[in-house]
Amino acid sequence: MLKPQPVPETPTAPAPEPHVRIADLTKTYEIDGGASRIDALGPVTQDITKGEIFTVVGPSGCGKSTLLDVIAGLQKPSAGSVSFEGREVTGKVPDGIGVVFQEDASFPWLTVRENIAFGLRRLGVDKAEIETRVEDALKLVGLADFARAYPGQLSGGMKQRTCIARTLVMQPRMILLDEPFGALDQQTRLIMNDEILDMWRRTGATVFLITHSLDEAVVLADRVGIMSARPGRFIEVIETGWPADRTTDGVFRDPHFGELTGHVWSLLKDESTKIMGGTA
Amino acid sequence: MSRRASPRDRRRVFALRLGLILVVLLLLEIAVQSGAVSIHIIVPPSQMFVAFIEVFGDSTLRREIVATVRVLLIAGALTLTLGFLLGAAIHALPRLRRALDPVFSSYYALPIIAFYPLFIVIFGATQVPVAIMGFLTGVTAMILCTLNGFDNVPKVLEKVGRLHRMSHREVIFRLKLPSAAPYILGGMRLTVAYVFLGVVASEFIMSGTGIGHAIAFAYNTFEMREMYGLLVFLILMVIAMNLLVGLVARAANLGSR
Repeated sequence: MLKPQPVPETPTAPAPEPHVRIADLTKTYEIDGGASRIDALGPVTQDITKGEIFTVVGPSGCGKSTLLDVIAGLQKPSAGSVSFEGREVTGKVPDGIGVVFQEDASFPWLTVRENIAFGLRRLGVDKAEIETRVEDALKLVGLADFARAYPGQLSGGMKQRTCIARTLVMQPRMILLDEPFGALDQQTRLIMNDEILDMWRRTGATVFLITHSLDEAVVLADRVGIMSARPGRFIEVIETGWPADRTTDGVFRDPHFGELTGHVWSLLKDESTKIMGGTA
Repeated sequence: MSRRASPRDRRRVFALRLGLILVVLLLLEIAVQSGAVSIHIIVPPSQMFVAFIEVFGDSTLRREIVATVRVLLIAGALTLTLGFLLGAAIHALPRLRRALDPVFSSYYALPIIAFYPLFIVIFGATQVPVAIMGFLTGVTAMILCTLNGFDNVPKVLEKVGRLHRMSHREVIFRLKLPSAAPYILGGMRLTVAYVFLGVVASEFIMSGTGIGHAIAFAYNTFEMREMYGLLVFLILMVIAMNLLVGLVARAANLGSR
């Protein structure tokens, strides 16, 4: 007997492919030659939309940086998958991804200009093209007057801007930032936050930013992902609803900012208490 | 933004340094010429300078200088090259490093010079034992500075290398080596000084040639002017070698850090 066929649904426009799709991702580390294992991450399932700023907060050691490394192709997942622009990331850095690290990753033996041009020169890009792109990047991060300086002559914020410029000059479609302003003072940090927003508007890139600062996470984000204690999972993803032309001082004055930050902290507090061995 | 010394500042520092040396020499000259310090202990700097010029006119001393320079060049090149290569290899092999750690930590407690007669027995009273002593005195410094250099390469550079899809070889030569270079070049300066020390000290003791031997001979025969002339030559030679290594560092564009 023939089973009744399901009635086909009315065709609708397919949902747009997310820029990054993280599916059931886990990461486990073996220690002492496999004698014991540490579950560092997951399972994590999350989509990152093209052109958004997605920030991540979570307790120390919850696997935020591991998640970023796996998305960037710097580490392989233990299970699950990550795809960027529809292609699976398999432990190699995909085309179109740029990363800014927390540590100073500038090359002290090169000038700011040479630092920024490093990747383009390696790829054998035309000299005139390099000139133009480096000049643009220098202007974008406000280092045009320091192009000939060496990183050793710059402040922490300027070194980090050099690294951001070195990433931007490669014209990535997605920028991953791993606590890039962790070592900076509060004022410099806020200025850098505005620069990140400015850079995001001008490039249209998708931004995935990890931070320990709740303010930073809420101010910058279109969406904030809050992670649990290790093994880290997203316990909630919050939409901020900020306009694209936002600035840090504008957001700080918005009454909704305090409400959002309070909510993020209430979620994070429980998780942070867990790793300290207490009860929330 | 941190401030670098301007060329004008550097010129002032250089002038101050030179001025201090000249003042000390002038005071010494006055002390010896006035009889406050015996001329049998220290000859006046003016005579040291004349004796230094005379060194170049003396064919026997010229031969001694050539002999020392030749040994220094051979021992120095071997020590720098092998020291660097061994340092890099030991850095890449952590187990070997753990095995060698006791050797490194106690190496300079050993009186290396005590092995000198042994090398003379093996290689004869030639310049080979002198070169070996120079090598043995300097090689550990070069190994340790190379290790220190590679240990201090920020781990994040490996990730940067992977982001730029660099091969392992590229990461080593384009990122790790330039990053470790200040330590390695600092180590080169130290190594050159140690090799110098090893060579000249060995020439002093049992060798029949070299500047060290010539100084010891002048001392034993009470030729104080000649001894001081050779000492001035030795000091200037060390300064010249140090400047040369400094120039190499600057040529490598590392003076800017």
